Amino acid sequence: MFDRQKIEEIAKERERWQKSTLPNWIRQCPERQKEFKNHSGITIKGLYTPEDVKDMDYMRDLGFPGEYPFTRGLHATMYRGRLWTMRMFAGYGTAEDTNKRFKYLLSEGETGLSTAFDYPTIMGYDSDHPMARGEVGVCGVAISSLQDMEVLFDGIPLDKVTTSMTINGPASVLLAMYIAVGDKQGVPREKLGGTTQNDNLKEFFAQKLCIFPPKPSLKLSVDVIEYCARHLPKWNPISISGYHIREAGATALQELAFTLCDGIAYVEETLKRGLKVDEFAPRLSFFFASHNDFFEEIAKFRAARRLWARIMKERFHTRNPRSMWMRMHVQTSGCTLTAQQPLNNIVRTTIQALAAVLGGTQSLHTNSFDEALCLPTEESVRVALRTQQIIAYESGVANTVDPLAGSYYVEALTNEMEEKAMEYIQKIDDMGGVIPAIEKGFFQREIAESAYRYQREIEEKKRIIVGVNEYAIEGEEIPVKLLRVDPSVEKKQIERLQKLRRERDNRKVKEVLEKLHYAAEKDENLMPIIIEAVKAYATLGEIMDVLRKVYGEYKELIII
Amino acid sequence: MQSGRKIRVLIAKPGLDSHDRGAKVVARALRDAGMEVIYTGLRQTPEQIVETALQEDVDVIGLSILSGAHMALFPRIMELLKEKGLTDVVVFAGGIIPEEDIPELKKIGIKEVFGPGTPTETIIKYVLENAPKRR
Amino acid sequence: MVKIEEVVKGVLAGDKRSVARAITMVENSPEEAQSLIAAVYPNTGKAHILGLTGPGGSGKSTLIEKMIREYRRRGKTVGIIAVDPTSPFTGGAFLGDRIRMQELTTDDGVFIRSMATRNNPGGIAKATKDAVKILDASGKDVIIVETVGAGQSEVEIIKVAQTIIVIHAPGLGDEIQAIKAGIMEIADIFVINKADRENADKAVMDIQAMLQLDNKEKAWTPPIIKTVALTGEGVPQLIEKIEEHWRFLQKGLLHKRSLEKAEAELVEAIKDKVTSSIIKKLKREKRFEEILRRIVDREIDPVSAAEKLLDQILE
Repeated sequence: MFDRQKIEEIAKERERWQKSTLPNWIRQCPERQKEFKNHSGITIKGLYTPEDVKDMDYMRDLGFPGEYPFTRGLHATMYRGRLWTMRMFAGYGTAEDTNKRFKYLLSEGETGLSTAFDYPTIMGYDSDHPMARGEVGVCGVAISSLQDMEVLFDGIPLDKVTTSMTINGPASVLLAMYIAVGDKQGVPREKLGGTTQNDNLKEFFAQKLCIFPPKPSLKLSVDVIEYCARHLPKWNPISISGYHIREAGATALQELAFTLCDGIAYVEETLKRGLKVDEFAPRLSFFFASHNDFFEEIAKFRAARRLWARIMKERFHTRNPRSMWMRMHVQTSGCTLTAQQPLNNIVRTTIQALAAVLGGTQSLHTNSFDEALCLPTEESVRVALRTQQIIAYESGVANTVDPLAGSYYVEALTNEMEEKAMEYIQKIDDMGGVIPAIEKGFFQREIAESAYRYQREIEEKKRIIVGVNEYAIEGEEIPVKLLRVDPSVEKKQIERLQKLRRERDNRKVKEVLEKLHYAAEKDENLMPIIIEAVKAYATLGEIMDVLRKVYGEYKELIII
Repeated sequence: MQSGRKIRVLIAKPGLDSHDRGAKVVARALRDAGMEVIYTGLRQTPEQIVETALQEDVDVIGLSILSGAHMALFPRIMELLKEKGLTDVVVFAGGIIPEEDIPELKKIGIKEVFGPGTPTETIIKYVLENAPKRR
Repeated sequence: MVKIEEVVKGVLAGDKRSVARAITMVENSPEEAQSLIAAVYPNTGKAHILGLTGPGGSGKSTLIEKMIREYRRRGKTVGIIAVDPTSPFTGGAFLGDRIRMQELTTDDGVFIRSMATRNNPGGIAKATKDAVKILDASGKDVIIVETVGAGQSEVEIIKVAQTIIVIHAPGLGDEIQAIKAGIMEIADIFVINKADRENADKAVMDIQAMLQLDNKEKAWTPPIIKTVALTGEGVPQLIEKIEEHWRFLQKGLLHKRSLEKAEAELVEAIKDKVTSSIIKKLKREKRFEEILRRIVDREIDPVSAAEKLLDQILE
């Protein structure tokens, strides 16, 4: 970005400065550490100058917002036009409870619903399965059949809202139920809007909520992508998630690289279905974490956007800018929240949220300060939302596009993140792609190493966590509270389910499940038959059991 | 022949949640402290956990749970341990466990509950000091 | 302190807790191991002992899980000993092999035990042998010993088995070279797992080629079985082959091998006993230190010194 002569001049001056000015200062005030490193293990220099970005080309590497390579943002006006979406995640108990909550949110003017499911639903078990004992409706809403889904969206017109569903293994079944509710309401499928997380690959090394082995899991994800491309044009079929990779202990760099590897795998696999890249790529979306190291995170978001645009253009030969867009949702990092001195978490969340905004996110969730202790209270959720609003309206950071562009440090770090992520992507390509890498335990090992190193650094005080390993309060009481779900929730849910099993047309259920078995063995796109099955009131567990029989169950590869 | 006793620890994850970061960090720390650590993997039923403890003849069991189902699952585990005669095994727990549940958990025989942010050093020390000297 | 007689009684009755305790004893204490084994020995010799080894990533544990299921279908009881290395730096070990078999944990006809090598190749080989005897005495029909196939100590461990199965999978790179050394010669059955992958046939051919290098006349030619452990494909055929090998052994070779094994164990035991008693005796004598000093001062070399000492004792 500078001409060579100027750079040489600066280099000369920098050397002079290093020899004359710097040593005096260091003598008087030695640096606090021998070496400064960020979470990704990148060594941070004391000073960045134009030399560090001398090979950058403005038009090639930054360009203008709304244009390739999108480093400076997807939209030309960014937050001057529209602020990011402030989306908050909610949902627990029975379908009735959550339905009430939804209606309240809608009456308050929200139009985006976000659903959390309980563990049995996430793992594809009905509420009366032995493994579901004690977990029904605890960490989210319990959905075992179309009947529950009908209750969940009772009185909510599906053409007027968008719904985000955090579901992966059984994503096709839950989406099928949503479609079935829409059909009953008479809402045309092309009007259904929302998102299914549906990112099964990351489950194998990050979230570990896997049901089937890697290959059929990928197939199920792609079934949803393909079906949506053909029938649900307003639906985001997948949210390719780095968040869980990060929360499992990965560094920012690993989060970035592994998420893009997953993205590549989904694109490649969907192309095999005979779709053209521009028929589905514009609806792919991403989900990242925002951690504590401020500039590292900003560099990560900027690098992610540029790298994805380059991959889509160079590797998949798209010319449609929309296919190059990395639309991202960011959540502040749950694992950075401390149980000790919980109010400090407000500050952490603020820094993380600010990084996400300066990184150019489309949508943001801020954690509540008490989440290391319990499910958030109404007050703590409000503070979390207010944090976003203060950033948006008071801080002024939203008033110009990509304000940190041109910072020697931020640009150098963005470049380094991109380069190092490319090295990882190359490595995974050499292994034959994501699935062989999962089978070899590559991601698992990388993440376990980082998680352990992070913990060691904290225990050895190489990394200071305020209020935990430094500035702790002697004898501080840590009041962990859990949301108690009334045990009658489980009982009621099981009764309803068993009543359904008695009263539905069981011959029809048996027929459709047999058809599903046959289709799964033949490797067809299973969405149409799953829609048929949920409409016959086959339960989530019954549908998943058929697939378990055909695909086998995944046993995790343990790497510590 | 070289021999000698090693502390054997079972790190188990009952419940459906998949947050194994803590369990694995603890497993690794105990291993690095010279113990033999058996890890069950995710989503184990009380029956599987107790049967594993029995067959592996462990001295200590660490239960990690973050799903909130501990009050439904831990009593069953303790009951089965008693049933199988594994009364000398020391059981500790970690994860998201509210203060108010701890007295009840101690009453059913869980010796210690480690909250979020406990340094692994504390857990290592606890196991070294409390593993039964039974052989 | 648990009484050994009680443990023995429990083992012979097939009580799981006693079996578990007994294995801990043979791991921890050579003295207890001795009296325990002496007591259960008459009840051993009934089980079919399998050794299964192969490189990491070949799918051993998954295959074993499917083998156990197949044996259970055939009404047989199964014991499994999974051996994992102890870290040479910390002395600790991570034992994770049973994870893939956890569903079978609660089956009364199955007993799974993980053992660490405890940095002692001779020791673990001995402890494994003893653990096998305990499972045998407890009435298990089939006993499977599993190790990661690498290194001489693993070969020693796996030699406890009557039927040795070497497992490999396509796409693991040059690790086939690693199994060639030492373990190829003693394999009775080869398994190519993950046979649904491309290159599975190449892996089969690689092993065939290696077997052909060995042109000694053999009564048993090791077969190569293809399996897909994930789905269980090929597992019944594998069990058939194992049974076939068992019948083959029983035609005569088993007796011969048992004699060989007995001889080896006897010689080993004599060596142990003789060495430890001679050393104990020598250490009590003054000239032991004297001769150590002479070795250090280069007046005599260690082997000549040993000869000299032994000559005097054995006279």
